[in-house]
Amino acid sequence: MAAPPPSADAAVAPMPGTAFRRERSTQVREILFAGALLTALGISLLTLIVLIVDVVTQGAGSLSGEFLSETPSRIDPSSSGIAPAIKGTLYLMVVCALFIIPVGVASSLYLEEYANRENWFNRFIELNIQNLAAVPSIVYGVLGLAFLVRGPLSLGNVVLAGGLTLGLLVLPVVIVAGREAIRAVPPSIREGSMALGATKWQTIWKQVLPASIPGLATGVILALSRAIGETAPLIVVGAVAFVTTSSVGFTDGTFSALPITIFGWTADAQTEFQALAAAAIIVLMVILLAMNAVAIWLRNRYEQKW
Amino acid sequence: MEAGAQTQGAAPGGWTPLGVKRRRWGEEIIRALLFLAAAISVLTTLGIIVALLADSIPFFEEVGSKFFTDDSWGPLFAADPKFGIWQLLNGTFLITGIAILVAVPLGLGAAVYLSEYASPRVRKVVKPILEVLVGVPTVVFGYFALAFVTPELLQPLGIHVSSFNALSAGLVMGIMIVPTIASISEDAMRAVPMGLREGAYGMGASRRQVATRVVFPAAISGIVASIVLGVSRGVGETMIVLLAAGLQPNFGINPTEGYATITTFMGSAADGDNPAGSIGYESIFACGLILFLLTLVMNMIAIRFVRRYRQVYE
Repeated sequence: MAAPPPSADAAVAPMPGTAFRRERSTQVREILFAGALLTALGISLLTLIVLIVDVVTQGAGSLSGEFLSETPSRIDPSSSGIAPAIKGTLYLMVVCALFIIPVGVASSLYLEEYANRENWFNRFIELNIQNLAAVPSIVYGVLGLAFLVRGPLSLGNVVLAGGLTLGLLVLPVVIVAGREAIRAVPPSIREGSMALGATKWQTIWKQVLPASIPGLATGVILALSRAIGETAPLIVVGAVAFVTTSSVGFTDGTFSALPITIFGWTADAQTEFQALAAAAIIVLMVILLAMNAVAIWLRNRYEQKW
Repeated sequence: MEAGAQTQGAAPGGWTPLGVKRRRWGEEIIRALLFLAAAISVLTTLGIIVALLADSIPFFEEVGSKFFTDDSWGPLFAADPKFGIWQLLNGTFLITGIAILVAVPLGLGAAVYLSEYASPRVRKVVKPILEVLVGVPTVVFGYFALAFVTPELLQPLGIHVSSFNALSAGLVMGIMIVPTIASISEDAMRAVPMGLREGAYGMGASRRQVATRVVFPAAISGIVASIVLGVSRGVGETMIVLLAAGLQPNFGINPTEGYATITTFMGSAADGDNPAGSIGYESIFACGLILFLLTLVMNMIAIRFVRRYRQVYE
């Protein structure tokens, strides 16, 4: 990036006296300023480290096979676990993925390959997606409550409603990443295909989509890793922190989720339960880390140079 | 129709001449399906607005101007419900204000460092770590604020905070917002053309002077956008305040006390105890409407500012 200007000192040097003094005080200010910038960056990174160390030291003691296989309890911390929460989160992610993959990819394809940007409606769709990405997550919970849990669909407080709510929430993430992946396929590929007589859809299906799959998959994983930690919308659509049976289905039965259980235990005043919250956070963060690692691996492994 | 087009355009040799376009219904249907998928995002916005209005309108019909004139918020009280939104706005903006006081210096400092000072190698290491901060679920930040910052940082420092307080929620929310401000601002600063920097260096400016007097002003619209988006994220954040700032509506600017916010009320009232049609249920939607409008305005401002710097330099 910007190389340090070697000329700055040299230009002032020939003038003795006052100029020398100004140069020194300038240099002090330079160092102070750079130090302040580094401090700003350092505080943010240090907080992240403190957070991780705190969670691990608080929670590691509660981690065990039982913790993963037992049901949660508000009474006895020692025999309490997160099995229903893990199952609920898994089911939510399945619903979410089944929704965002077709809808997200189709939206990206439309916006990149078909939409005429002169058309006001297409521009409106784009602006709308930008805005949706910044709507508070709890508002999506209210949307899910009004339309999916009650109202027109009346699914009830079930996994299907929760998963679709999360899907709507992270759809902009998939679309933004998907469009980037599709845009990265050079026009010459499309032109070559069309020149050989393929129709537009044949070109997209046989050339553009296969070439952009790694990018699309990365976007979907990133979206799911955002969805998996979302808590507020699930509270609103009626996920429950303490489910004692794990007989949850997609369309029936009260469901729990990892972040909801973390919330329930953290809000509990007893410190034993906060330790359980920390242990559940470790599990959630490990899942998140694994998802991100897969996303990065996908990006590096299949990154195509045209 | 296809046959007609072919016989009409058929030349003596039997080939279809170029330029006669056959309508392909399969292609049209696919295009329509893709369009429908893209329209889902518009329907989502529409759905949000309809959902919020449908239950807010009966709320405002019943509550009327008490929304602005009542001095406190307590729509769930059976005896004497109160509907004044000001306490919730007070809590929301007090905590977001603390967060912004933390996030602006840290975020802009990090952005200037990464854009103007860091070598490409350092940036390659540091940026992904900052992105990890984006990926931390907010409930984890909430845990951190309640279980670490309040009891292990603020109280040992001799700050007399109650167990739920605006300070810990605001500080942790600030850290949560840092990556938002840092990444958008850094983008804007890196979009400033090299020529401006080189011109300033040529005039004998130091690195600090270039950063603060050339790059910073040139990137100001992106920086403003990042701060507005940061405020918007803070106002809409639920889990940190729900866990760390308490549920008690409150007036004031004393950060050691607890405050309810718009989002904490929504999160705590939506636990299923309020049947549809009750005033408690409707008040969730009224709060949601206020929240949606607040963040919508801020997002639109931010989008406009981002567009401005993109137009100038790209």
